[in-house]
Amino acid sequence: MKERLRNLIAQLGVPRVIIIGFVLALFVIAYSTKLPIGPLFSASLVRVGMNGVLVLAMVPTISAGVGLNFGLPVGVLCGLVGALISMQMDFKGFMGFIMAILFSLPLAVLAGWGYAALLNKVKGQEMMVGTYLGFSSVAGMCIFWLLAPFDNPELVWAIGGQGLRYTLTLDNHFGKVLNRLFQVSFGGLEIPLGLLGFFGLMCLLVHLFFSTKMGLAVKAAGANPRFAQASGIDPDRTRTVGVVLSTVLGAIGIVVYAQSYGFIQLYMAPLMMAFPAVAAILIGGANLQRATIGHVILGTFLFQTLLTTALPVTSRVIQGDISEVARLIISNGMILYALTRGDGRETA
Amino acid sequence: MNTQTSAVSANMSAGLMSIVKKNAVPILFAILSILSVVVAKMNPLFLVNEIITRLARNAFLVLALLIPVSAGLGLNFAIVVGAMAGQVAVIAITHWKIEGLLGFFLAMLGSVPLAVIMGYLVGQVMNRAKGREMITSMVLGFFANGIYQLVFLFLVGTVIPMKNRSMMLPDGVGIRNTVDLFGISRALDNLWRINVAGIRIPLASLLLVVLLCIALHYFMQTRLGQQMRAVGQDINIAAVAGINVDRTRVIAMILSTVLAAWGQLIFLQNISTLNTYNSHEQVGTFAIAALLVGGATARRATIWQALLGVLLFHTLFVVSPSAGQAIIGIPQIGEYFRVFVAYGVIGVALALHAWQARE
Repeated sequence: MKERLRNLIAQLGVPRVIIIGFVLALFVIAYSTKLPIGPLFSASLVRVGMNGVLVLAMVPTISAGVGLNFGLPVGVLCGLVGALISMQMDFKGFMGFIMAILFSLPLAVLAGWGYAALLNKVKGQEMMVGTYLGFSSVAGMCIFWLLAPFDNPELVWAIGGQGLRYTLTLDNHFGKVLNRLFQVSFGGLEIPLGLLGFFGLMCLLVHLFFSTKMGLAVKAAGANPRFAQASGIDPDRTRTVGVVLSTVLGAIGIVVYAQSYGFIQLYMAPLMMAFPAVAAILIGGANLQRATIGHVILGTFLFQTLLTTALPVTSRVIQGDISEVARLIISNGMILYALTRGDGRETA
Repeated sequence: MNTQTSAVSANMSAGLMSIVKKNAVPILFAILSILSVVVAKMNPLFLVNEIITRLARNAFLVLALLIPVSAGLGLNFAIVVGAMAGQVAVIAITHWKIEGLLGFFLAMLGSVPLAVIMGYLVGQVMNRAKGREMITSMVLGFFANGIYQLVFLFLVGTVIPMKNRSMMLPDGVGIRNTVDLFGISRALDNLWRINVAGIRIPLASLLLVVLLCIALHYFMQTRLGQQMRAVGQDINIAAVAGINVDRTRVIAMILSTVLAAWGQLIFLQNISTLNTYNSHEQVGTFAIAALLVGGATARRATIWQALLGVLLFHTLFVVSPSAGQAIIGIPQIGEYFRVFVAYGVIGVALALHAWQARE
């Protein structure tokens, strides 16, 4: 028994065991302080669907050998532009959601392609360069938000008529359309089937992609670029495919996130968007070289459940909102853990 | 005769080209700064005062980055951790109401043990992330920020006994978002300040910066300094030469962290208010951006580049909102532009660094 436990811990890694323990402890406290478990769990499920696609965006870059995609804001910004175009053209409801994704796709492919070209030139430092490409894109886009030619009065400042607002409400557009789609109640539990279904669909598509010839090439070149090259695969090309796919998923991810949240946040809001997504996939068991859909689902579930239950549960025990601080410590601690594991990969 | 002069001028222009090429970044920023100054039509006296203040306020923090660069650890984003150590000391002396210069120097002294411990831990983490030091130091900064918030928002007043109405949140748990630093406000700046034709020069603060420059210069020539440079050039060769690589790197991080703590104290006594949860956040980004604007890279950074960088970066910082207002009529553009510049310059410098490392 002791042996098996030790094996399990070794397999899961210490931080994952701590996090699983933490989540369990939160539920135990919730139960013993007579906090209703049902709504807590439902809220967690919504958060899983809300964040899942952004976490999924980490899989293609890790598989392609580029590492964690800290440049996720590049994709997020494309998604935001797509959502804004859809709102500007006054698409409503589900149509608005679809159009937002459709408008963002070409932008994401283009931006992802440029991002990949840069990353191919800085092998070994992709994460750092990606981080700062993301940061500077967010800051650069702030200027765009101020000057962009949007004139829908719902989007721009009431005074002056120019410059997009900081926070745009999606109530009249595509707010919560996925959340409300096929929402079923089941024994006190609200299950957002549409939202989770969309996340599942995305996971399935990525899974299917990695069983195509192209997908297998991406994986092979990511695992061993030299060997792949010898068998006629161009690693730069497969890396590009991985980064473009990740950027596209980032764009779709933020549209899903925004519809679930009910608001679009512009300006500096997307700055740190990559970090929770990176942390989630690492919590799920991924490392810098290997990530699977299973890691995405498990990681998103654990991380988001932890965050949603932490606030109501801890507020029964201590004063103040500790969940933001917990998020900072857990997500960055997890990333730190992954970065300091020896991985035997050559680094520049 | 004719051919000779053309040869000479070709030679000169080739020399000029190589100078321009080598210093492309500072030259670009100098042009950008001068253009913004011209466009913004700022009162020159105000501008000069502002830049001198900012030089005295920020130079120390930027200089704190130099040792890790020499030791091959790249740009130390974890100076944020040092800044936090400085802030812990400031909170302590403000709580105990130790004021004036004594308070300031006690804070400097008090921050040392904490910064040494923190620097040691940072160094240990860096040694486990060789080749990824920069991203690791950045994430470490965020992580430390989480711990810092945990301590000062939740543990102070509950686990850590502290009672102070003016510094703490109304319910007695956690430190306020902003704490007035009346006690040590401008303690160093006002110690020796001269006024030349309307330009106020905080000589004492500037002198401290000069002292640090001299100390750094001589430190790099000591045995330890030489060892750091050797480690920075090539870890394997240094190890073969009998240098304890890991230990050297840890020492570099400790020194950087202590200097960052002091730098943050100089910064805070000038600003005179402590933004408990924000003051330190941007320390790493802005210090690194300034250093890079001065022409430094992740592998090579000199004292002069640090000082030039502070000058150029902060000139741009001061004038860009007015320039944005003058050009497009929206001051926010300038504000976002300077954030864009800070991040962009780091991104470009890192990309160039990685690019060159491959060739």
